[in-house]
Formats: sequence, C-alpha cells, structure tokens
Amino acid sequence: MDFVQLIIIGIVVGSVVGLGAMGLTLTFGILKFANFAHGDMMTLGMFTAFAVLGVVRGPTLEPFSIPAGLILAVLVAGSAVALLAASLDRLIYRRLRRRGSALITMAIASLGIAIMTRAVVQLIWGPLPKRYSGGINPSWSIGELRVKPDQLLIVGLTLVLAVVLYLLLYRTKLGKAMRATADNAQLADVAGIDTERIRQATWAIAGFLIAAAGVMFALQAQLRYDAGFEFLLPMFAAVILGGIGNPWGALAGGLIVGISQETSTYWIPSGFKAGIPFVLLIAMLIARPRGLFGSTF
Amino acid sequence: MSLLEVVDLEAGYGDVLIVRGASIHVEPGEIVTIIGPNGAGKSTLLKAAFGLIDIASGTVRFKEQDVTRMPAHRLVEMGAAFVPQTDNVFPRLSIRENLEMGAFRRKGGTTERIEELLGRFPDLGSRPGEQAGRLSGGQRQTLAMCRALMLDPSLLLVDEPTAALSPAARQDLFRQIQSIRDSGVAILMVEQNAREALEISDRGYVLVNGAVALEDRAEAMLTNEDIGRMFLGRSEVTG
Repeated sequence: MDFVQLIIIGIVVGSVVGLGAMGLTLTFGILKFANFAHGDMMTLGMFTAFAVLGVVRGPTLEPFSIPAGLILAVLVAGSAVALLAASLDRLIYRRLRRRGSALITMAIASLGIAIMTRAVVQLIWGPLPKRYSGGINPSWSIGELRVKPDQLLIVGLTLVLAVVLYLLLYRTKLGKAMRATADNAQLADVAGIDTERIRQATWAIAGFLIAAAGVMFALQAQLRYDAGFEFLLPMFAAVILGGIGNPWGALAGGLIVGISQETSTYWIPSGFKAGIPFVLLIAMLIARPRGLFGSTF
Repeated sequence: MSLLEVVDLEAGYGDVLIVRGASIHVEPGEIVTIIGPNGAGKSTLLKAAFGLIDIASGTVRFKEQDVTRMPAHRLVEMGAAFVPQTDNVFPRLSIRENLEMGAFRRKGGTTERIEELLGRFPDLGSRPGEQAGRLSGGQRQTLAMCRALMLDPSLLLVDEPTAALSPAARQDLFRQIQSIRDSGVAILMVEQNAREALEISDRGYVLVNGAVALEDRAEAMLTNEDIGRMFLGRSEVTG
C-alpha cells in the first residue's frame, strides 16, 4: 500500500487512540494512578451505543455509513459510561482514598473492575463480533489516495472533542479547578475547592471521552468484547509519549502511535504492528520519561 | 466569644500524637503568633484546627460553631482561610487563575476582588498571566495570601510565612500581614522568626511538646527573659 495512504489510516487510528488517551491522562494527572479499566470502559461504550442502535436506528446519514441514531447512541453511551465511572469512584476509589490506600492498590482495583466489565459485556452481548452497520462506505479519491467519509468523521469528531476539552480546562471554573487539583490536591482543598466533586467530574469526563472513542473505533472495526483491552496499551503509550496529565500531549501521542503502527506495515508484516506501541513506550521511558511535551496542562 | 477557640486539642499522624492538649483562642481583628522549638507541634496545631490532620480529641470552635473534624473546604465557606508553609500556590496556573481558585466558592464580584488585590500588590498585578511556578519565594507567599483573601475571610491561618525568605522579603511580608490585619482580618500565625513576628502581634503562645507552655501579650513576651533566651536570640534581657 502507498506510504501516504498508510499515514492517512494512521491518522484515523491515532485519532481514536488519542481520544481515549485524553481521558486516560486526565484521570492519571488528577487521580495519580493508572486506570487499567479504561480500555474496558471503551468496550462498554461501544456496546452501549450498539444497544441504542438496536432500538433507534433511523436513516443512513449520507455520505457516511452511519445511521442517524448513532448521534443519540454516542450521547447515551457517553453519558452511561460517564455515570458508571463517577459511580465507581464513589463506591470504590473514594473509599480507598479515605483509607489512605497506596496508588498501586487503586491501580489493582481498576484491574479488577476491568476484568469484571469485560465479563459483563461478554455475558450480555456474547463472544461473537458485531457491527454497527452492514452498509458500504465508498471512498473518496484524491489523486491516488482514498479517504472514507467515516474516517473524516472520526478525525473531525476527535478534533471537536479536543477543542471542547481545551475550552473546558482553560475557560471554565470546573476545568481550572481540575487543573488546580492536578497541581496540588491538598492546596485545592485548602482553597475551598471540593476536590471529591472535582475527582468525580474528572471520571465522568474521562468516561464520556472513552465511550466516544469506543464508538469511533467501532465505526472502523468490529465490536468485540476484548477490543478495548487490546486498545489499552496503545492508549498508555500515547499518554506516556505526550507526558502524563497532558491531554494535548496524549492526543499528539495517539497520532504518533497510530501513524507509527500503520506505517510500520510498509516494512514489516502487519501482524507485528501491535508491538509498535510497546517499542515506543519503552523507548520513551528510557529516553524521556516526562514525555515529549511534559506533564503539564 | 472568641473567633477561634481550640480546646484541649490532641492531634497527629496515625497513632503518633504531636499536639497534646493544646488550647488557644483568637479574637476578631488580632494577630496571634505561635512560637516554639522545632518539632513542638506548631504547624500540626494549625493544620488540625483547619481540618487537615486527624484530631484524636478536643474541640475546635469557629464563630461559635463546633467545627472539629470539619473538612477544609467547609471551613473556607464559613470564613476561615489557610496559607501553608510550602506548596502554597498552584505552580502551573497563572497568578490570575490562582486567585480565581481562591474565589472558587465566591458567588459574585470575583473579577473586582482580583483587580483590587492585584492593585494592592503591584508585584503580582504587573504580570497576572505569569505562571505561579516562576515567581520568587516572597512573591509566592504574597500570592498565597492573596489567594486566601479572595473570599474575604475573617480569620487567616498562616504557617511559617517567612521561611526561606530574605530579610528584605521578610520585612515586606510582615508589613503585608499587618495591612491584612488592618483590613479587619484576624491572623493566627506560626513563625520561626519569633522577634519580628511578635513585634507585629497582639498576643502570642509558646508551644512546647505539643502543649501551650505560655500565653501572653506579644509586648510582654518580647521582654520576657526566658523567651528572649530561648526564642529571640539574646543572652540578656534588654527591654
């Protein structure tokens, strides 16, 4: 395949990775631990949208292959995962925080939540792959390059959500309080900020973003109960690449991961491309542990 | 009735008690300084009163309400503010954003209050967009106090504000503390530079081994022979 074509596919894949990684880095930056359940929340998001589409489908939105009901499905899936993430914080992580549990305990708890979530998804929707749409999405040709409208939608939605997140973090009281809590949670408490509410809001925003990433992923691929778990490593690689706690870094890191993964198939068999995020992760941790853009936002 | 009243407070970290039965009070509009040797529990007493450290026993009353073990953000709502000794600004946020965070619970007039404080402290007012992490130690302390003043508190608790400051910056800061008091805010301060702190204070406490060893008017403490020898750095009483 043409190298530039691989870059285009890489940008699409990278957008999904980046979208998920922005949520992951938010929780990492504010809650200070690696949330291993993030990938399975992505799975839950894509399957919740699938369930909504089973009820409300509507006509196909030309030139995309998606049904009109997908807009509602994204909103419902995003809200459901946001609510679940905030509720899990209240039920589990907040209790651990109040007991003064170590961050590794939180991370292990998130691993348990990941395994449970995956099992629940498999229980409800079964082990067989599914699709949102059986329709064909014809490519647009630009010279020798081909781009599908669905791919443009994925990149466009990622950019829109990145801008919305930027405005939230830098222009709203809630966003500034999130940045303050990431900077120094005890001082935020002292300043009168209810940091428990800020943490819950962080979970909810991260939940919405990862559910949206799940739906975007499923536009390009089949829905599988373990899809999100497989996406976890590329998302962590993007977070580390961009600098922990830095959403813009995570988005850029996601694009780097996606493009590297896809363009690697120009030289190596595609079966090995899943190992590329590992290589990037290890190289970055050795060469520049703070990431390309530092851990600030 | 006192603005702040701490009675027989016992507090510390885990099973280790640092404050052992301390009782202090602060009246409206006065500066009260707590001095004492290192490890006496001065900062711990301040943090416990502000709900930042576990209290084993005793009571804390603020504005005649029992606020023992009340979370810090609730105390802020009631009109108390705290300036920690270190890590007292949000380093990645700008000066203006730091002040906005101080006003998180303010209902209105935030912009006006920020402009008022930036005007009062031109060192900060000349560059409101600067990241707080780039400020000098003295400027950080000033910003931390401005942040604490954003909600117009009636009581300000300040933990060793002049630690690691140059003598000139120290003098500036003590002047600022006096001007804050002059605006009607009561101040409870823990300070190692005992002489300079007592010179601007109304009353003082000496804390030893987590308990109050002495309480007196600041003026009297400055002329007390024992205090002079132990905390004010002189071998004979001069006053």
